[in-house]
Amino acid sequence: MDDDRTAAVAIGRGVSKRFAPDAPMALDAVDIAILPGRMTGLVGPDGAGKTTLIRMLAGLIAPDSGDVTVTGVPVDRVDRSLIGYMPQRFGLYEDLTVIENLRLYADLRALPLEERADRFARLLEFTDLARFRNRLAGKLSGGMKQKLGLACALVRDPALLLLDEPGVGVDPVSRRELWALVRGLVGDGIGVLWSTAYLDEAEQCDTVFLLSEGRVLHSGLPEDLTGRAAGRIWQAPVEQARRRAMLREALDLASVIDGAVKGDAIRLMLADGAGRDDVAMLEQVAGGPLTPATPRFEDAFIDLLGGGPGGTSALARDYRTIADDGGAAIEAVGLTKRFGDFTAASDICFSVPRGQVFGLLGPNGAGKSTTFKMLCGLLTPTEGTGSVAGKDLRHARADARQSLGYMAQKFSLYGDLSVRQNLRFFAGAYGLSGRAAADAIDRMIAIFHLEGQVDVNSGGLPLGFRQRLALACAVMHQPPVLFLDEPTSGVDPIVRREFWSHINGLVERGVSVLVTTHFMEEAEYCDRIALIYRAEQIATGTPDELKAQVGRPDATMEDAFIALIEASDARRQAA
Amino acid sequence: MMRGRRFAAMLMKEARQILRDPSTFIIAFLLPVMLLFLMGFGVNLDASRTHIGLSIQDDGAAARSLATSFQNSRYFDVRMVGTASRMTDALIAGHIRAIIVIPQDFGRQVAKGGGDIQIITDGSLPNTASFIAAYAEGVRAHWAAARAADGGAAMTPPIAVSSRFWFNPELASRNFLVPGSIAVVMTMIGCLLTALVIAREWERGTLEALMATPIGMGEFLLTKVIPYFALGLMSMALCTILAVTLFHVPFRGSIFGLVAISSVYLIPALGQGLLISAVFKNQFVASQVALLTSFMPTMLLSGFVFEISSMPRIIQGLTYIVPARYLIPQLQTVFIAGDDWRLFLPNMAVLLGFGLLFFLLCVRATRRRIA
Repeated sequence: MDDDRTAAVAIGRGVSKRFAPDAPMALDAVDIAILPGRMTGLVGPDGAGKTTLIRMLAGLIAPDSGDVTVTGVPVDRVDRSLIGYMPQRFGLYEDLTVIENLRLYADLRALPLEERADRFARLLEFTDLARFRNRLAGKLSGGMKQKLGLACALVRDPALLLLDEPGVGVDPVSRRELWALVRGLVGDGIGVLWSTAYLDEAEQCDTVFLLSEGRVLHSGLPEDLTGRAAGRIWQAPVEQARRRAMLREALDLASVIDGAVKGDAIRLMLADGAGRDDVAMLEQVAGGPLTPATPRFEDAFIDLLGGGPGGTSALARDYRTIADDGGAAIEAVGLTKRFGDFTAASDICFSVPRGQVFGLLGPNGAGKSTTFKMLCGLLTPTEGTGSVAGKDLRHARADARQSLGYMAQKFSLYGDLSVRQNLRFFAGAYGLSGRAAADAIDRMIAIFHLEGQVDVNSGGLPLGFRQRLALACAVMHQPPVLFLDEPTSGVDPIVRREFWSHINGLVERGVSVLVTTHFMEEAEYCDRIALIYRAEQIATGTPDELKAQVGRPDATMEDAFIALIEASDARRQAA
Repeated sequence: MMRGRRFAAMLMKEARQILRDPSTFIIAFLLPVMLLFLMGFGVNLDASRTHIGLSIQDDGAAARSLATSFQNSRYFDVRMVGTASRMTDALIAGHIRAIIVIPQDFGRQVAKGGGDIQIITDGSLPNTASFIAAYAEGVRAHWAAARAADGGAAMTPPIAVSSRFWFNPELASRNFLVPGSIAVVMTMIGCLLTALVIAREWERGTLEALMATPIGMGEFLLTKVIPYFALGLMSMALCTILAVTLFHVPFRGSIFGLVAISSVYLIPALGQGLLISAVFKNQFVASQVALLTSFMPTMLLSGFVFEISSMPRIIQGLTYIVPARYLIPQLQTVFIAGDDWRLFLPNMAVLLGFGLLFFLLCVRATRRRIA
């Protein structure tokens, strides 16, 4: 470790920060070293202190105690052109063009004039933005903005590159491209710190720091951490109809600390110290033999943070059972939406039977939200029809809306109202009153563990709690149909597990769910998926059917996503 | 050298943003024009063709001659009645704004060298009331003067009475409203626009990215101050040209004097804008605060529209902390009277003092924030 220290490009020694005297520690005696030519990952749940630590390394926040050095010099005196920093929102000027943004940052970082032409050409080629050099940054897609943000941070070879959650809200294709770009830089000897909520990214780093509540829980090779779950991960194939019930039963066993649906199988993590007997018991539940599976970084992460939630959802336990009326719960028939000559969604067709989860996947701006809004009755389709719970969207909009619970992509509760006031408002909005409303509110507070926060304004809640409250508001009136638009965006894996245990539980009660997500492992929970790309529905099927189209036996959902999109691009080019 | 390039790049960036952002353009050029038109054409504090009632209680030649003067006045639209009491209802209903009474013994009084008339105005509209009173008195004085002159044609009068209003002989309110609106325009650009653009950098996260580059906070603030200073002066020039060409407002001072007083005023305006954005970092809040603390006081408390000397004591005291209060008299002077450095210099000194205070507070606020 001492050798590392002398070689490290950036070092934080015992850094602590508290933003207000009565606030909890944002960072508590954190030690971190970033080595040149290495990809260092920074992971942790929301509010763990990742952004604070990165800002400290960039010299934007001074620690209360401890010290930060970059290239051996205290960070407040270091030549800042040695630090490349990409904040969460990229720091681009939206009313400047691509090339103007690059020029501005080149001048700010004092890139010698004679190197400029060469460097810009290389950066534009490397980010594939050369075609867009004169486009305003504000008119770029999310993935392109992210690449331009990176190019601006790299305009002069930094010694240290700090990337604050570059993957948030960006689709897998863009994420994978960015990862490859940064990987290439590491080869040039730059020290990179990559902060992320995607644990599959952390897994591929050379070193990871796992932060929780301001403390470093683990630092070292990701494999070292993954190793703690070795021998405890098992997979069992199950028939499709039974997988949710099976997962619930398995998670209710004390010996199982985490589990997830993986297409036509369930994947489980046993508690530390679980033995053969426990595996035998699980085999009984699963009704077949278990096969050991490779542990992933996420397993270890969840293990280190104390395991996931149990299997039985308290929300589902109290939910009414939705009767089967034989018809489809959600139906889209040729839904098309045009804005002027721009087609946002074209001929979207699918049908979701009662008690199933249907996923809409696709890159940013592909048309998922448009489809969603048409089915909610928030947008009138240009062509086609849709129905929710048997009610036609064109003629019975209000009725259709009363039968669905909607959780919007952006936090859409009243930030200035407290948790209880929000719940009370939504109870009223959905027509609950008196005893029924009071009961429903108390139930939601208990189910979503909001007891400690009832009087806090919802705008000030941590992200995980905000999302819980948003889900609570959407399901309070026990609708037969649930629409969830990126419900788990930005929340940590444990809260994501909790959400899916509720969703699975509700589905067992007969609720039908339409969901969008950027997390490919969440797509595995869906009964069927439609992949939407450039307004077109390019593929539809079960998760395993989509994976099978890649043609490799071990293909992941992400591989399927990327392969299908590339195939669509190839077809488009051929045409 | 390096610093120079950085600086030039930031100024260039700011200039591009100003040119591309329609809202900046609207605030800096369209709004001043609208304000000027509003002040030049729409708002008129002069009384013209006001409905009044005239009650003649004397039927002598003098009274009839004065009544004709009122009827011929271009300021009044006169209704004749016998008694004042019959007009009261019309006054209350707002059909007329004043009642002029020419009393019974008017002819005798005039013959003795007097001749008072009674002017009853509607006190619920104090501005109109005082204008009417002044104008009615003016009509009477003019009539008396003319009468004296007529009489004097035969006996050569010892003195000729002629009234003169210095600097603004037409007494046109636009001559002081239009220069005053330049103060409002410079306040909008210096304070409101500057507060908005810096708050925008906080909101969009660009300031965070900038702070991680070698640029210093002081340098950054300077690259904001310079373009908006220039924009403020350009807007001032536009207003001046329109004022002189379109509204025929006289310009008796020097261009140097005008630029000097405007430049000095922009310092506290910009300082206040920077301070607001440094404290609030949010465009919506910054705009509200800027409107309340700079735009509104400039409109209401600077003597631009409302005479400070006719405000209640406490409010008069409040006007001393409104920077525009020190600019309005300078602007009105430079247009209507000419350069008067004995008036300019003390006011400029006060404005510089405000500027210094705002910038010091601003440095404190930003230092604490970046911590």
